Amino acid sequence: MQYKDYYKTLGVARNASQDEIKRAYRRLARKFHPDVSKEANAEARFKEVNEANEVLHDPEKRAAYDALGSNWRAGQDFRPPPGAAGNRNFHFDPNETADFSDFFASVFGRAFRSDNRETRRRRGQDQSIKIVIDLEDAYRGATRQLKLDVQETAADGSRTTRSRTLNVRIPEGVTQGRQIRLAGQGAAGLNGGPSGDLYLEIEIAPHRHFTPDGKDILLRLPIAPWEAALGASVTVPTLGGSVSLKIPAGSQSGQKMRLKGRGLPGNPPGDTLVVLEIVAPPANTEAAREAYRLMAERLNFNPRAELGV
Amino acid sequence: MAQIESGIEGIVLDEAVTVSLTELTQLCGANGRAIELMVIEGVLRPQGGQPGDWRFSGEEVRRARRAVRLQHDLDLNLAGAALALDLLDELDRLRERLRALERQLGETRAPQ
Repeated sequence: MQYKDYYKTLGVARNASQDEIKRAYRRLARKFHPDVSKEANAEARFKEVNEANEVLHDPEKRAAYDALGSNWRAGQDFRPPPGAAGNRNFHFDPNETADFSDFFASVFGRAFRSDNRETRRRRGQDQSIKIVIDLEDAYRGATRQLKLDVQETAADGSRTTRSRTLNVRIPEGVTQGRQIRLAGQGAAGLNGGPSGDLYLEIEIAPHRHFTPDGKDILLRLPIAPWEAALGASVTVPTLGGSVSLKIPAGSQSGQKMRLKGRGLPGNPPGDTLVVLEIVAPPANTEAAREAYRLMAERLNFNPRAELGV
Repeated sequence: MAQIESGIEGIVLDEAVTVSLTELTQLCGANGRAIELMVIEGVLRPQGGQPGDWRFSGEEVRRARRAVRLQHDLDLNLAGAALALDLLDELDRLRERLRALERQLGETRAPQ
């Protein structure tokens, strides 16, 4: 197993005071807290920071860790020296330390190994993972295959990692940030206690045309100047297929039209919000240039009238 | 060859789902008194008058779990966790709105 440099994790010197350690821990805990942080590996970093703090904030555990010597480097292959700390009774809350590293366990043991009270049943931890789905899957529902590495702790404190593959049904109409709770699919319990729950947090991948806003879907719809000016019936793509939309005469860019119930399914379902965008045809032929010249001549139009120029 | 566990159905924690006070305490690992304090603080707004009648929406389950984690992990008091929660929700909304607006402005080009 690999040696962990807890001082490096917290970014403090080996001779840092307890106050310095507390300050460093607080700052990093805020920075990497999974509910707060947008850092890519926030959850793993938060766990490392907590493990380091669990050892360094307590002078007794810190002394036991320091007793391993200062010549180790982070990541170096580590074998616990016999009797280093194994006989001591350190106190930990197993809820806090359950997913700490093997290095931690080899130095400090698992709390429930040395503490009789911890033979009672204990519910497994909840776990949460983020899954990215396409907008089409959010609309229709989908089945996703999830691969999970599950750590299992036996009664004697030894641990094994087992790979699980779950086929999970994502119901239709899920939205960005929604959580799906899978009861009893989290970490296994201890001493016959029930398993924790697994929470899936939905993230919707960006789509070429559609932008979700909760259950509503935003769509920029390009239209020709004459369609806007004269009115037209145009075909609009939606997640459920194409629909026909009547553009009223005299429409302008930026105007919004609502296709009721054409958003993500639900009770009530969302809408598709169409934002009109007038696109000028390119003047790349003589005929096109002639048409523009004709408009310039016939239409008495100053688009900058509101700017007072 | 690992076995694939199929047909696992979850519950989407949205507005359509509601849970009781007892269920909420199990879902977020907090006791009833802690939940009552969150209601008094305005962090959670259940339907129903008496604690025994309270119904919490799926969205409030998410808020309650987040509030419990923030208090525990960052050593915040309830008022501090409530403020962080409101700001985080606001941040989520603004990020989504920003994403939508950026998409709408996507075609805008700088003057040549």
